[in-house]
Amino acid sequence: MTVQDIRPAKPLFSGADWDFDTLQRTFDAIERVALEDLGLDPYPTRLEVITSEQMLDAYAATGMPVMYPHWSFGKRFAQQELLYRKGYQSLALEIVINSDPSLCYIMEENTMATQATVIAHAAMGHNHFFKHNQVFQAWTAPDTILDDLRYARSFVKACEDRHGRHAVEQVLDAAHTLFAHGVGRDKAQRPDPLEQRERLRRRRREALEAMDELWLRTVPHALADEEEDAKEAYRDAERRALGLPEDNLLLFLESHAPLLEDWQRELLCIVRQLATYFEPQRQTKMMNEGCATWCHFEIMNRLRDRGEIDEGAMLEFLHLHAHVVAQPDFDQRGYPGINPYALGFAMMRDIARICTAPTREDEEWFPEIAGNDDPIGTLRWAWSEFRDESFVRQFLSPKLIRDWRMFRLRDDAEDPEYLVEAIHDEAGYRKIRSALADLYDPAAQQPRIEVVDADLRGDRKLHLRHWVHDGQQLDALETRRVLRHIARLWGYEVRLTEVEEDGEELGSYETAEL
Amino acid sequence: MANLRIIDRRQNPSGKSLGNRQRFMDRAREQLRKAIKENIRQRSISDTQSGETVVIPADGTHEPVFRHDSETGERSRVLPGNKEFRAGDRIPRPSGGAGRGGSEGSEEGEGEDAFAFTLSRDEFLDLLFEDLKLPDLVKKQLKSEETEKPKRAGLTTSGPANRLNLVRTARRSLVRRAALSRPKQDVIVQMERELERLEHEEITPADGRSAERRIAELREQLERARQKRARVPFIDPMDLRYNRLEHRPQPIAQAVMFCLMDVSASMDEDMKALAKRFFLLLHLFLERHYDNVEVVFIRHTQHAEEVDEQTFFEGRQTGGTVVSSALKEMLRIAQARYPLADYNIYVAQASDGDNVRSDIETCINLLEGRILPITQYMAYVEINPPMRGRRNIARRGESDLWHGYAELAERRPNLAMRRISEASDIFPVFRDLFKSEGQTS
Repeated sequence: MTVQDIRPAKPLFSGADWDFDTLQRTFDAIERVALEDLGLDPYPTRLEVITSEQMLDAYAATGMPVMYPHWSFGKRFAQQELLYRKGYQSLALEIVINSDPSLCYIMEENTMATQATVIAHAAMGHNHFFKHNQVFQAWTAPDTILDDLRYARSFVKACEDRHGRHAVEQVLDAAHTLFAHGVGRDKAQRPDPLEQRERLRRRRREALEAMDELWLRTVPHALADEEEDAKEAYRDAERRALGLPEDNLLLFLESHAPLLEDWQRELLCIVRQLATYFEPQRQTKMMNEGCATWCHFEIMNRLRDRGEIDEGAMLEFLHLHAHVVAQPDFDQRGYPGINPYALGFAMMRDIARICTAPTREDEEWFPEIAGNDDPIGTLRWAWSEFRDESFVRQFLSPKLIRDWRMFRLRDDAEDPEYLVEAIHDEAGYRKIRSALADLYDPAAQQPRIEVVDADLRGDRKLHLRHWVHDGQQLDALETRRVLRHIARLWGYEVRLTEVEEDGEELGSYETAEL
Repeated sequence: MANLRIIDRRQNPSGKSLGNRQRFMDRAREQLRKAIKENIRQRSISDTQSGETVVIPADGTHEPVFRHDSETGERSRVLPGNKEFRAGDRIPRPSGGAGRGGSEGSEEGEGEDAFAFTLSRDEFLDLLFEDLKLPDLVKKQLKSEETEKPKRAGLTTSGPANRLNLVRTARRSLVRRAALSRPKQDVIVQMERELERLEHEEITPADGRSAERRIAELREQLERARQKRARVPFIDPMDLRYNRLEHRPQPIAQAVMFCLMDVSASMDEDMKALAKRFFLLLHLFLERHYDNVEVVFIRHTQHAEEVDEQTFFEGRQTGGTVVSSALKEMLRIAQARYPLADYNIYVAQASDGDNVRSDIETCINLLEGRILPITQYMAYVEINPPMRGRRNIARRGESDLWHGYAELAERRPNLAMRRISEASDIFPVFRDLFKSEGQTS
């Protein structure tokens, strides 16, 4: 114990106003609690104070400080601005960027109590999560992301100068529609460093040139038409060589679309890297917010206990916190779905409770952590090893299900009624838990679409397959639109078939040749 | 601790998204134009100060994605806040798409989500008036003598004394004097003083020459220097530079717009509403080009009177129709209140074409002799109510007034006339009337 900890501390600040000294002093105090009491290990932080206008700007550009130009960001800005100006929606209090050092934007309009909360939430909580969660470690390169984005911006601008805005937009529009299909579900792909990309591209180009049509026509085919088996075997080999089936549609198009030029491939690559960068945020949204919320709650309470935060600021904090973790019931007007802050925070609290004061039920459900008396260590372990889906599957407790009075509903489009499949009772806990875990699995929620064939030696028709799960088919209009975009990139016809898991074909879409 | 850097970014420019906003608007331009056309119908004439919230279909700015059709298949949901359900209960599906999934948004029908956003006033008007230009606007600005303003434009070698450019003149004088080695005054004064002292025998030449020789030498030098100073004047006429002023035409910053309308019983409410929209567009357009646009509303039956906007559109009067009364009233007001030097005059007349036959000759004379010569532009719209005939087919025969005007319009390019029979005609008519030169519809 240092002398400072024993002495009754003076409040770090009083009143709503803040200045840079107070900010620094408060940050130091918060960091001390985070590092010493909670054992957090965040990236170094850069706090940037911005105005609400700038916050709106940041929103529109997906929160990143640097972004390439595209009309869709302008659209997002227009939407956000309208909501904000009309008072339908308040601005986020902060944006934190997963980079090393991490960037944390805070608004000048925030009160000092809010600034403290935001620092504890983002600069400590999110930041620790970014640095330690294995999904982030596997997928993102926080040390180079800002450089990559700067490169992307200048590359896009250079392309616009050389090829015209319209040509660039066509590629980016198409790439954006496939944003969610720009990551491989099975294998994590950390972005390649810049210098490697050039080499990769060259190799790809050589491979394509080797496939040149002239070559295909002039070299006599060993495979006569009657040798169907051999031909099929050959096609199989070719599919394997293309890495089919491939669920990373952006990667496939970038690598194998026959007619794209280098700069177009690079644009696809840029969007794909961005998709990869954001993928962990998709997979860990609830945990990440839960972690940050738990951290700010813990840190603010500890500061209050030491007398470093006065009652007024604490009241303001509690009000803010209650707003953040509000969870309306399903039957309330405007029910927005499960609030990731609320569920995340509740689960973190619940885990801490199981570690320190387990019931018999907890011991039965969570024998490995119940009563281990190391709540913070256990949480830190969970933050690093899980993503939303596995976290819920592992840690959603019967008590929490009861507290939230969760229930599971079957929604069958053929059925005029919903069916209540499970409620918060002994028979229902596991059913609810596994359904909720599935809902947090992007791979299960998003249509599963893969490239199955590309017939580079024939008509070059691109075959996509949608694996239909539980009879959920694609939205027809949207699908036709997306396929048009894909066809534009691919340059030849595209066909998509919807196939049940048992192999039954439910329907198909086809684009005409461009 | 060394782990923190605080940076104040508030001074950084905001509006980083403006470029992207512009790109978005370029993309949505067609839809924006349509939305604005709709929007115009609900505006009051003088309300041109505010921006607009427009709603456009998301088509074209829609970003499609692969997604499940919620009308197919089955799925599980987990919801909080169960009150009375037991496992196995069946709940009727709420009607409509809302409340089913919550966050999915509307995805029914064509999936054309409407998209609302706010245009600034400038963005709004820019879209509205793209590629439109009032005829003769520039010509009038250039030819009106009264509004020319002098503007400095370089230097000349002659001019009135009050425009002498001292700095430039002195500079040239200095250069010339140096080039021609004009003796300076203090050199002469020095020689005079030496001469005087030699003559008074206060000094003797330093080189041992006799005082007389030195005096003679000095006298000669002094004489040459004086002559040279006389030959090379301090200011020569060729040094003189004057500021040159050019008369540049100053655009007239004010305009007045006369709205003339027949309010006799034959003009019903629908016809007036049509007229209003036409006047509104003209006003919006003039606001764009002038700092100050005044609007004068003159309504007439067989008498004409100036009224306020509300009375103009809403009041009712009965009586006959004498169009020339409105024209005379317009001339009277123009002469009394709007000097031609300060105002550009626009006239917009809306009528159903009814007029006392004997008055038509008067109207034409008034227009040709007095109104058109002082008017930038006069637009006559004849409103044919949709009831009386379908467009172009069973249209009512052309009115006498139309006939009279049509003959005049052939001779006078600043008179334009069009027919309107329903609201959707207004915008095209307007565009047609004021289309930029060189453009075709």
